[in-house]
Amino acid sequence: MDVGQMQRQLVEYTKSLFIEGYLDSQFLQLQQLQDESNPSFVAEVVSLFFEDSERILKDLTFALEQKIIDFKKVDAHVHQFKGSSSSIGAQRVKNACIAFRGYCEEQNVNSCTRCLQQVKQEYFIVKNKLETLFRLEHQIIGAGGSIPMVELSF
Amino acid sequence: MVCEMEHDLMEDMDIEVLPSMWPEDIGTDAGKQFNIEKPGSDQDMLEEVTIVEEPTIVDFKRLMELTNYTDRGSTQLTYFMKYLEYKQANAVRLLREELDNLSKQRQEVELRKLKILEEHRFEDIRYGDDKRPVSILDEVYDIWQDRPRRKNDVVVQNKGIEIDAEYDTVVYWKQRALHLEKLLEASIQREQTLIEKLEESIKNLERQSTPVEELSQILKRADNFLHFILQNAPIVIGHQDKELRYRFIYNHFPRLQEEDIIGRTDVEIFTGSGVRESQDFKREVLEKGLPAKREITFETELFGSKTFLIYVEPVFSKAGETIGINYMGMDVTDQVRKRERMARIREEIAVQKAKETELNKTIHITEETMRAKQMLATMSHEIRSPLSGVVSMAEILSTTKLDKEQRQLLEVMLSSGDLVLQLINDILDLSKVESGAMKLEATKFRPREVVKHVLQTAAASLQKILTLEGHVADDVPIEVIGDVLRIRQILTNLVSNAIKFTHEGKVGINLSVVARPNFGQSEDGQQKISGDKSNVSVSGLSEEKYFSASQNGSSDECRSPVKSERSRNGATEEQPHSTETTVCIRCDVYDTGIGIPEKAIPTLFKRYMQVSADHARKYGGTGLGLAICKQLVELMGGRLTVSSKEHCGSTFTFILPYKVSIACDNSDDPDDKLSDMEKDDAASDDATQGFFQFQPRTLGSLFSSNGSTRASTLRPQKLGLALPHNLNGFSQNSCSLPSNDVTSNGTTSVEDVIRVTTVTDSPEMSESGSSTTHKPGTENETVVSRDKCAQLQNCIACREIGVETKPSKIQQSSETQEKDNRTCQCVTSRSDSTSTVAKPPLEPKILLVEDNNVNVMVARSMMKQLGHSINVVNNGVEAVRAVQRRNYDLILMDVCMPVMNGLEATKLIRSYEETGNWDAATKAGIEPSSSTSDLQNSEPSTKRMPIIAMTANALSESAEECYANGMDSFVSKPVTFQKLKECLAQFVL
Repeated sequence: MDVGQMQRQLVEYTKSLFIEGYLDSQFLQLQQLQDESNPSFVAEVVSLFFEDSERILKDLTFALEQKIIDFKKVDAHVHQFKGSSSSIGAQRVKNACIAFRGYCEEQNVNSCTRCLQQVKQEYFIVKNKLETLFRLEHQIIGAGGSIPMVELSF
Repeated sequence: MVCEMEHDLMEDMDIEVLPSMWPEDIGTDAGKQFNIEKPGSDQDMLEEVTIVEEPTIVDFKRLMELTNYTDRGSTQLTYFMKYLEYKQANAVRLLREELDNLSKQRQEVELRKLKILEEHRFEDIRYGDDKRPVSILDEVYDIWQDRPRRKNDVVVQNKGIEIDAEYDTVVYWKQRALHLEKLLEASIQREQTLIEKLEESIKNLERQSTPVEELSQILKRADNFLHFILQNAPIVIGHQDKELRYRFIYNHFPRLQEEDIIGRTDVEIFTGSGVRESQDFKREVLEKGLPAKREITFETELFGSKTFLIYVEPVFSKAGETIGINYMGMDVTDQVRKRERMARIREEIAVQKAKETELNKTIHITEETMRAKQMLATMSHEIRSPLSGVVSMAEILSTTKLDKEQRQLLEVMLSSGDLVLQLINDILDLSKVESGAMKLEATKFRPREVVKHVLQTAAASLQKILTLEGHVADDVPIEVIGDVLRIRQILTNLVSNAIKFTHEGKVGINLSVVARPNFGQSEDGQQKISGDKSNVSVSGLSEEKYFSASQNGSSDECRSPVKSERSRNGATEEQPHSTETTVCIRCDVYDTGIGIPEKAIPTLFKRYMQVSADHARKYGGTGLGLAICKQLVELMGGRLTVSSKEHCGSTFTFILPYKVSIACDNSDDPDDKLSDMEKDDAASDDATQGFFQFQPRTLGSLFSSNGSTRASTLRPQKLGLALPHNLNGFSQNSCSLPSNDVTSNGTTSVEDVIRVTTVTDSPEMSESGSSTTHKPGTENETVVSRDKCAQLQNCIACREIGVETKPSKIQQSSETQEKDNRTCQCVTSRSDSTSTVAKPPLEPKILLVEDNNVNVMVARSMMKQLGHSINVVNNGVEAVRAVQRRNYDLILMDVCMPVMNGLEATKLIRSYEETGNWDAATKAGIEPSSSTSDLQNSEPSTKRMPIIAMTANALSESAEECYANGMDSFVSKPVTFQKLKECLAQFVL
């Protein structure tokens, strides 16, 4: 695959992520932050997000497995998760978190468990997508190309 | 000779033909409604059952009559009779036959004897047998068609006697005599046997049970059966005659004696509800001749409230006419009760369901509404921040070099922007009140000053020739406790509304106390303070003079609050009271405007409603102002009313309860932020001033200025100098501000900055006194900042803080100094920004308080791109520690954080800024490090640090809450370049 093709592919892929709602404009903010002085900023932030998320998800899972569920704690975790996901623009994770918080407020165990599954699912999807994205970028750079900027209007 | 023998007649008779005692129409077949066992087949069953002979009340005579009369009875009876007759006839017949037999035989024997005798006399006379055998069961007797026949008829034939001897010889006769003798013997023998048989037969007959016995047995069985069935049945069976008198009754649980019932009617026996009904029902059945059932509830003294299911059946005579009724009643009270309960429950369930549906609908609607409201609130909230960005940018733009046309365009832009901002603020206010998120604060304030300031502010932006006035009755306490911001908001709203709709005449505020007993002591205090009035120097001074005088003047003024304080204290000492009482203050806002048509009054307080579309066009506005006022007034426990006369004017009145604090020393209270403004004035005799007036300036000067509307809006309109004490008030207002006696260390105060500009720009300001400070817009319309004007509120706020602890006491002075310093720096930086000249000399120190790593990373690199490096801490406690270590030019504070949230941290930091110590933080569990205090001492905080909240969502972490906790602004998350830029532009650059 030549560089041009890969670049086109990357652009298409990125666009699809936005169109399908996995990412929102906040992700563009991140991309704007990336420059020569900080070439892998997005990847860094995102991997930090992954680390954080996995910890939070673990905590959440644990918290929801307790006999007496501390919904405040659960809510705090979800709040965290919502914050970080909205910061990197992982829109669907964020939305799932918003719903989750609603159920935390209701103290609805079943719905919370369901939401956790949903949040996890959304997270793993977006993680997958982002990893693919970075792999593509990596390949392009490896092939000596530059990362094309995705122009999107909202 | 033929002879009939009927030996075994009895045995041969088929007596088992037992007709059922039950009427034919009932029958005995299985599958029919009624079955009875065949007798004998299972007698044991009944034997095992003990049948308690219950007292059965029977009118036997009547029963007999009945059986004679009624169809069914008579058939049955006939049947019995026939059966009996048959039995008897049978027996008689048998006996008769036997007798006949015997008599015949005897006759035969006698005949034979005679014959023998005759033969002896008449030779050859033959014994003639003219007898025929006769059946005993001749057709004559045979009334029974199906009567069983005798099985065998025995016919014995006598043979002729043969004699061997020669006729008429001796031998012959001897032989014949012998023979005859034998025959006789045999005959006698037979006779004997027959007699025996007869005896036996009679014995048998005797042994055999009589039909009566059988019948009574059957009857007994039937009776037993009925008893068995009925013994525990909760039923009453009865028969009543044509007059509905009881003739027969069976009641398992008799309550009454026989004589009480038999021969009487229901009505005669019972009293109570239901009795008449049952009687009527029975009569109905009697008349109609058709059986019927009905449920009747009795309420009788005898057995209380009971429901009976009654079956009534007419009884007919043979002739077919009704002669009475059979009646069967069953107590179904429990069932009915159950049924009713069931019905009730069903009904309730139905109602409940209906309610539920209704509720669901309502909930749905409410949810929808809530969502819509939230949406509106969120949207407004979200719109506000970018809009304020637009407006502030436009403001900045307005300070640049522009030609006339551009400037005009910009003015339009700004005024539109302001309008939209106002609208959004209104919407937010309203939705906050409605959602109950509006919190009221209780702070001390001085009503007089509030009135004065409201009028002052209104006068400042007045574009009409109107007189603004305020009257405060003497009995209104000097200080009350309430949410001064809201009250001021209401007043401002009402006054600006009044001004809007008034073209000439005046607009005013009246304050008076209504129907509350506890305010005497405040009046005392007031009197004393008014005594102090004379102390205040009258200074109708020019600005310059005033400036210089302020140093001197301030010392004067500094004294006066102390004095008034004392006098107040004195008053309370004289008259000990509970620290708090409630007073109701009535506030009228009146005008001489166009008035409100009566029909429009009901919708007046509804949101988005104006008197007419025409008005809306003519006067503009959102139509939210009054709605908000009303909501706020109601929230504070009062009522907002209006009275109006078209073309004459309107008066809006609200009465609010306030707490009156008597014993507190207000001036010493550093927390009392909101009354500091007033305290400036408290320094003067203004505290007791009861009348304010702001007269219109002349038309000429109003319109002589250039055409820019904005400029004229901003122009000071106030010439409230007519009355010396007014002037006094104004000058005091300003001159008390800077606390120059303490802040003389070179720092410029807010007022200094502004005043310098205004003074240079507008020489005429000198006459308008302190009010100019607030309205720095100028005639010449130079660069001077509308921005400043826009930030006036902030300035005022700063100033409030700056002066709040008006140093009536020495130990407070240093603190005040700090505050003033802070204030002035703050303002300085702002004026810098507005004039776009100076760059901040140093790299601004920015602190980010955020617990989310990702957010931190994003924010940090955004800041980096914007050219700032930031310090990061992870929670409120760390933030407080960081602030303890050093000052920051900007703090970005996440609201929702573990350990300590942003609001709390902000509060602590503000508390430090105000008090100069970290006591509040220490109280909250944050021990200042030892180095901190040193540092603190060496590098005293000189200004109020701008703290920007970072909120995740607009509603739960409301902006108002942020403001209430001392934050200066907020940024909604996730942060973007744009938001950060705006924020930095506003607070740091």
